Amino acid sequence: MPRINSSSELKKLREAILASRDQRKPCITLCSGSACQATGSGDVAAGIEAEIEKQGLGGKVEVRKTGCHGFCERGPIIVNHPEESCYFQITPEDVPEIVSQAGNGNKVVDRLLYTDPETDEKIRFESEIPFYKHQERLVFGSNGSIDPKSIDDYLAIGGYAALEKALFKMKSEDVLEEVKKSNLRGRGGGGFPTGRKWEESRKAPGDIKYVIVNADEGDPGAYMDRSLLEGNPHAVLEGLMIGAYAIGSKEGYVYVRQEYPLAVENLAIAIEQAEEYGFLGENILGSGFNFRVIVHKGAGAFVCGESSALMTALEGRTGEPRPKYIHTAVKGVWDNPSVLNNVETWANVPLIINKGADWFTRIGTEKSKGTKIFSLVGKITNTGLVEVPMGMTLRDIIYKIGGGIPGGKKFKAVQTGGPSGGCIPEKLLDLQVGFDELTKAGSMMGSGGMIVMDEDTCMVDVARYFIEFLTDESCGKCVPCREGLRQMLKILTNITKGKGTQGDIELLEELSEVAKEACLCALGTSAPNPFLSTVRYFRDEYEAHIKEKRCPALSCKELTAYHIDPAKCQACMICARKCPVDAIDGGKKTIHIIDQEKCTRCGTCFEVCPSRFNAVQKLSGGPVPAPIAEEERTIVRKSKKK
Amino acid sequence: MDIDRVDQIIDKHRAEASSLIQVLLEIQSENNWLPKEALERVSERLEVPLARIQHVATFYKAFSLVPKGKHQIHICMGTACHVRGATRVLDTVQDLTGIKPGETDLDLKFSLETVNCLGCCALGPVMEIDGKTHGKMAPGETADVLESYE
Repeated sequence: MPRINSSSELKKLREAILASRDQRKPCITLCSGSACQATGSGDVAAGIEAEIEKQGLGGKVEVRKTGCHGFCERGPIIVNHPEESCYFQITPEDVPEIVSQAGNGNKVVDRLLYTDPETDEKIRFESEIPFYKHQERLVFGSNGSIDPKSIDDYLAIGGYAALEKALFKMKSEDVLEEVKKSNLRGRGGGGFPTGRKWEESRKAPGDIKYVIVNADEGDPGAYMDRSLLEGNPHAVLEGLMIGAYAIGSKEGYVYVRQEYPLAVENLAIAIEQAEEYGFLGENILGSGFNFRVIVHKGAGAFVCGESSALMTALEGRTGEPRPKYIHTAVKGVWDNPSVLNNVETWANVPLIINKGADWFTRIGTEKSKGTKIFSLVGKITNTGLVEVPMGMTLRDIIYKIGGGIPGGKKFKAVQTGGPSGGCIPEKLLDLQVGFDELTKAGSMMGSGGMIVMDEDTCMVDVARYFIEFLTDESCGKCVPCREGLRQMLKILTNITKGKGTQGDIELLEELSEVAKEACLCALGTSAPNPFLSTVRYFRDEYEAHIKEKRCPALSCKELTAYHIDPAKCQACMICARKCPVDAIDGGKKTIHIIDQEKCTRCGTCFEVCPSRFNAVQKLSGGPVPAPIAEEERTIVRKSKKK
Repeated sequence: MDIDRVDQIIDKHRAEASSLIQVLLEIQSENNWLPKEALERVSERLEVPLARIQHVATFYKAFSLVPKGKHQIHICMGTACHVRGATRVLDTVQDLTGIKPGETDLDLKFSLETVNCLGCCALGPVMEIDGKTHGKMAPGETADVLESYE
């Protein structure tokens, strides 16, 4: 492929790509994101290719392996183009039928369509499925229709048009103005206005400037950046190039976690292709603009998501934050002005340049513009990545898109903002999502993790979990974070073990206050949030643990015991067989008893006891009833009585 | 690990001190751990003091200064897996293998690590062994899965 040297050559190439593609030809697109690969999409892909060959449909039916579609709960996902019928939870056994129907005038395979859980009706198109219907997939939408390993696919959907527009039709200051006017705010956590950051760097003295993609997505339960980078790497690169042009940078970095091998691979391919086509390198598209991108793999440290820590890591050192009296936009990597934005933020930039700031500001709330991708996970029916306009209520996201809580359980809280965020209780479910709204509720937007919790989740344990995470990830530079968090963890662990004492809550509050005031970076200052928000909304749970030694959610191991109700036990042996530590005594006709000494409280018996018996109970806060007398344990079955 | 191979990796990164983490990552991924001789070579060629290499190698999670077992068990402790019972899975694995996170058993059969989100939250709780994902784990199934590894 020869380099593209001008705007007209780009136009010609795009036309040639479109002309070479028959839009009416059946094309099976298969989600090949990490989550679907974990559910077997690799085998399905191999199956489709083999089956096309076997049925002699080569050249008649195409296959495209795309990025993440978002509906991870139902993966692997297939969308059959051009009609766009979509199939879920595909196994290799389904493949022959899908391929033969695609070859046979692209007929629909009814049995694989989505069934609406409420109406029991089959739904054929993504756009009509409740999970997708209420979303606005501006950034994430292209993921499902392009092969991330093909730059031609990206060009076919209008890729690099924004770069071309910026380079040839706009001055660099116009690009900056447009982004400023759009009010785009950082999608990585803080919500800092992107345009202001760019302007600071642009104005900062120095010839060498850097633009950086922060793909060190560390929040547990959030994976939208990975999916974007895996599924649409060119969009992120295009945003980065436009940013570089706006501030006058010639070199960019992508800092990506090495735990994301597919993202690293697809990104490397994308950079190689972009260099080949002349979107990267010297004299890009003949405009005189030079820019190159280097990939830096992160070696696993949560704190490296913080801007100054990430920049020290880029220099090949340990990622420790430094004071930011002078912003990294002025003094960043090797003391040069450096603009660091999150993956999703960069991916928004081409949209803003293409469609204009006015279009962008029409979406969202007054202070939070555009859309946001959330990863909706935890105790939720439809786990997946959802992109919604800012301002949608939490209730709509969780119930309309997420399909509510599975298993008839009651909603308790939703945790947003990762370890630095907080838990939002049911009474605030009508809160509109936006940067400031979530902060007001004691949580934060963060990178967009949304973990739903039901009545079985213990809020003290959730706080303990996050504090443990942060204790482990603290770089150790500031005392209130290194030592304070350790003390908080100790106290919280004691509470969950029933060893809490009066005054623990107050002590935790005091430690939180110090960490909030005295830590250098956001990891430390926001670390107490998980505790503060849970104690704010669920103080009664803390008190039950401390005063009554009771876990209301029946989740804390040390405070919970399992007991088999002798009146309900049918001596079916299932629990006794499944118990990993042989703590259940019982025979075919003998009512089972749990040996409380041996029991490790793993909960297996509770889960395997058939629901029609429901004999295993969880208890907390009181003594376990004594086992029934040996002579009463024999069950006489009616059917066998003579 | 072969010193020539270490040299090749260093050359690939043009022996720049700023590439220290990238060089170590590559050695780690090929060799599964960072032997002392390799680190000494890196120190010499990149002109970075060995103490700073130790600092980096112990700071980041990806690096190991001791040999690893034949099978790498990763238990996801991400929030979504946590609320779905990841701790119980971890407890079971600890009981069955006798090792704690960060450890390797004496037969060098299993190494156990916890990770903070593998990004397949729909499958939680998740256990990954040698890159293969085992989803929707319960303590009972965990035992079955572990037994299938020789």
